[in-house]
Formats: sequence, C-alpha cells, structure tokens
Amino acid sequence: MTARLPLPHRWDDLRRWVPWLLPLGAATTLAAASDGYWPATVARMLPLALLAVSVATVTGAAGLPTLGQVAPYAAGAYTTARLAMAGHTLAPVHLTAAALAGAFTAGLLGMLLVRHRGTVVLMLSLAVAELTTITATQWRTVSGGTDGLAGIPAPHLLPGTPPLTADRPVLLYATAVTVAATAATMLLLHRHHLLLTAVRGNETRAAASGHPVTTYLWLVHTGAGAIAGTAGALLIHTHRWITPADVGFDTAALALLAAVIGGTHSPPGAAVAAVLVLGVRDVAAADWPGHAPLLLGALFVAAVYLLPGGLTAALTRLRAEIRRVRATRRPEPLPAASRRTS
Amino acid sequence: MDTYLIPGLDGIAYGLLLAIAAAGLTLAFGAGGVLNLAHGTLIAAGGYVAATTSTGTWPSLAAAVTAATVVGAAGGGVLAAATARLRGRGHLDQALLTFGIALIGADLLTTVFGADIRRPRLPAALDTTLTIAGHPYPADRLAALTAAVIITTIGYAVLHRTRAGRLIRATVDDRHMVAGIGVNPRAVDTTVLVVSGALAGLAGALCTPILGVGPATAPTTLLLSLVIVVCGGLGSVPGAVVAAIGVGLVQTIGVITIPALAPYLLLSAMALLLLTRRRPLPGMPG
Repeated sequence: MTARLPLPHRWDDLRRWVPWLLPLGAATTLAAASDGYWPATVARMLPLALLAVSVATVTGAAGLPTLGQVAPYAAGAYTTARLAMAGHTLAPVHLTAAALAGAFTAGLLGMLLVRHRGTVVLMLSLAVAELTTITATQWRTVSGGTDGLAGIPAPHLLPGTPPLTADRPVLLYATAVTVAATAATMLLLHRHHLLLTAVRGNETRAAASGHPVTTYLWLVHTGAGAIAGTAGALLIHTHRWITPADVGFDTAALALLAAVIGGTHSPPGAAVAAVLVLGVRDVAAADWPGHAPLLLGALFVAAVYLLPGGLTAALTRLRAEIRRVRATRRPEPLPAASRRTS
Repeated sequence: MDTYLIPGLDGIAYGLLLAIAAAGLTLAFGAGGVLNLAHGTLIAAGGYVAATTSTGTWPSLAAAVTAATVVGAAGGGVLAAATARLRGRGHLDQALLTFGIALIGADLLTTVFGADIRRPRLPAALDTTLTIAGHPYPADRLAALTAAVIITTIGYAVLHRTRAGRLIRATVDDRHMVAGIGVNPRAVDTTVLVVSGALAGLAGALCTPILGVGPATAPTTLLLSLVIVVCGGLGSVPGAVVAAIGVGLVQTIGVITIPALAPYLLLSAMALLLLTRRRPLPGMPG
C-alpha cells in the first residue's frame, strides 16, 4: 500500500523546485517570444553568471574573497576553443574537459591561496587575475595573442545533431548548463553545509576537532574551479571567439561584484546579480559609451553601503520585516490567566 | 658586471620610489586592517597632477610635487571617511569599497586627462645626461633617486624617533594596548590613510618624469605595491623597503636578463616567498 503524501508536503517539494525551474521557464519564454538580439544577449551573459556562482562559492562557502577564479575560467575557455578548433565539437566533451582544466588550474593555485585568509587572499588573487591576462596575451600558440581566437566552430549537443548556432537553442542550452551547474554546486554545498560553517565560523576549533581545514578549503576552491572552467566552455559556446580581455581583470571584477551584490552566501543570487549587472552596464554603455568602469565602481560602492550581505540578505530582511508587521497587526490572544480573571 | 650597473641603479631608484608608495599601504593594512585597493589610483592621480602642473621651471616643479602630495592626502582623507562608515562590517567590505572607489577614480582620471601617456616638462638642468663612472645617466633619474633616499630617511626618522611614528608602530603591533594608553586607534587609522595618500601622491609625482603616467599606471603600481606589502610582511615598513628594492631590481635587471619570463618573475618570486616563509602573515592560520 502506498501512502499518499499530505498536500502541504507536496507543495513544499514543488516550492523547492520553483527557483530552479524559473530561469528555465524565463529562457524558454524569451526564446519563444523574440528572436535575434535578446536571446543572444542573455545567452552571452550566462558564462559570467556561472563564473559569479564559482566566485560566490569560494568567497561565501570557503570564506576566501577572490578575484582569481578568472584563471580556471580562462583554462576552461581556451581548452574548449582549442578542442573545437581541432575538430572535436561535442559539447559534453567540451564541458567535461573544461571542468577538468578549471579544476586542475584552481587546484594548483589553491595550494598557495588556501594557506591564507581574508583580505590577504583578495590581495593574492589580484595577482592571479593579472597573471591570467599576461599569460593569455603571451601564450600566442594557445590564445592567438591580443587578437584572440575567432571563428571557433559551433558545438554539437550529440553526434549527428546540427551545430548550436541559432540564438534560441544557444540560449536554452546555456540556461540549462548554468542552472544544472548551479544546482550541482548548491547540492554539494548543502551536503557539507555544517562542516563549512564550522570552518568559517571557528577555524581553530574545527582544526582542534581533527578536521583538515585547509584540505576542505582546497577542495571547495578546486570544485569551484571546475564550475569556473564550465563557465569558460560556455563562454566559447555562446560567443565563439575569445580575446585575453575576456578573461581579464574586468571580468574578475565583474564576477566579484555580482557575488557581492547577489550575496556571497547565495551562489544562485550571484548568478542573478551577474545578469542584472551586465544588463545595467549594457544599457548604460549605450547612452554613455566608455564609462563602464565608472558605473561598475558606483555599483560596488552602492552594494557595499546599501546591501550588506547582498540581495539575498536584503530579501531575507524584507521577509522578516513583513512577518513582523503582520504579527503586530494580528490581535494578540489574551493570556490564559487574564481570561480566567475577566 | 658593467652591463648591470646602470639597470641596477635604475632598479634601486625605482624600488625606493615604490617603497615610498608601499610604506603607506603596508601601514594602513597593519594598523587598521584596511586593504586600500585605491592606492594605485592615488599614485596615478599624483602623477597626472604633477605632469600637468610642471611647466619646465623650478617653481612649477615644486608646485607640482606639492600639489600631487596634497591631492594624494585629500584622496586618503576621502578613503578614510568612506571606510570609517563601514567599521564593524569587517575588512572585506572596506577592501571592496576601496576597489569600487578605484574603478571610479580610474574612469574619472582617464576622462579628465585622456588616455595618452603624459610626462611633465622638467627644468633644463634635470633634462640632461650626467656621466657616472664612465656611464651616461639621466639627471632626472638621479634626482628622483636622491629625493627617494631623502624621503625614505625622513620617513624612517619620523616613524622611529617621533611620538606620532611610535604610536603608528604601536597600533600595528597592538591596537588594544594603544587604546589602553588613551589614544583612539581610529584616529591613528585616519592619520595613516591620509599620510599614506600623501606619500602615494608624492611617489606618483616622482615616478612620472621617468615612467610617464597613463591608464595603466594605477593597476601596475597597485600590483607592485601589493607584491611589496606581501613580500615585506604586512605592516612592516623596513620589510617593505627591502622588498621594494628587490622588486625594483627584478623589474629592471630581470627584464634585460630573461625578457620572455619578465612578467612572471615578480609574481613567481612572491609565490616562492609565500610558500617558504616561516613566519606566518597576519590572516594566515598557524
């Protein structure tokens, strides 16, 4: 006999899926409703959204604020570009290879970075971001120098399927990859939530309890590298060209800004914030060309002052405030003792 | 050996100029924990002000150096006021705020001064070449080297021989102790940021005749200053001076010895130093 779940439980289950289905639904609607500019524009925002997920994971879950995730991002992007140019155009192969390249790069860098904490990591990761641009510019045989690589062949989802070139399928594909990678990140983080909170909250005690803290942080950094590498593959699949500027300091700054605005403890929030920031930047860039850094800087300052904890924390505060207002409006039930006396 | 004499001298001059810039950064980090990512922008601002003020006469040169220092100090004041509002929110928020200010500052500087590299016009006496040990050497570099040596000496004396300097060093070592003797450590933080800004502006003015100033100045000098601060041990001024001279020498001699690897030399040296360092940095477990 199978027991039927009571309705509220099913509703809870459904509610858990809503945030993940929402972007997929939005992308499908956008792809169905318009052609050309908007699907292509949104698809091109998604690599940065996934990079922001990776940055938020390292910054929030591991507590290591970083600009250096642009290195595994570059590793994933150039691996994908070179594979495609060598004739291997299967998207799953690209994504796997890019994730591995990203994890390898982040693992290597992590050996140095996870030995430090707080602003020192930010300082060191700044050097990593700088080094990434220098390497991308100088390693001409891989990157094509400052001219970059153009005309990269489009990927195929499966052998025999047509290449992903049209804007609508590319948007759907990019959304699916972004949502799946973000969901996988959240699942892994959720599973080790308590451990990571302990490491961030009181590292000394966690270490004294026998937890190899630095190894945990290295694993998070390396795993986030795999996500950044996947984002790199997505960059090639949506843009089909790459220059060293695409994996430069500005990209690193944008990803960190998105993580700060979205809330470093919420990778999906960072992804949403990345799309918002890029949207604002593109709209502003049309009216005021050449002043993207000014706008980014202003957004940074505003986010730090006005959104402590990011959008996610602001939403939580708003929800708490609504609950408080509702509670004060509802008449308080009289205490049992006073009812007896009256 | 002769091949390395002039680049070596250049390296020391460049290193000392960087030391002036990095000294303030390391003190601001050591004392108040403020990682000032807008430091490079202050150096660039000083450079731009000096490049536009100096018109080839001695009074204009003096005015240029003074104006650059004042602009740097004012920038430091703005940063002190901006970061003071975030007290209690952790150092990361302060660092991110300075990062935002750096982006805004870089955009404003490019809008006002253009995207070209600018150099100041120097008095004729500095625009010549001297002969040192049989080698020609530009007079402006020698002047910058002399100025850097004088400023470093004065800075050392102030930091070690005056009450203000001792208070700053004490705040780096133990903030609570300084509060215990009746001095507000936050006032020390503000002073350090203003002085650090002034030194950044001054360093920018002194570097400009040699390197010029352009959109790349802020990120480059920030990165070099951060490397110096990390290698010198956060909060240590003598460490920063030694590291700065090392950085200056790597930047000049390294470039002519192994040009292909030049961009990596500095960061590889930093990585090696961090991995082998016995004394942990603040913010490093164990």
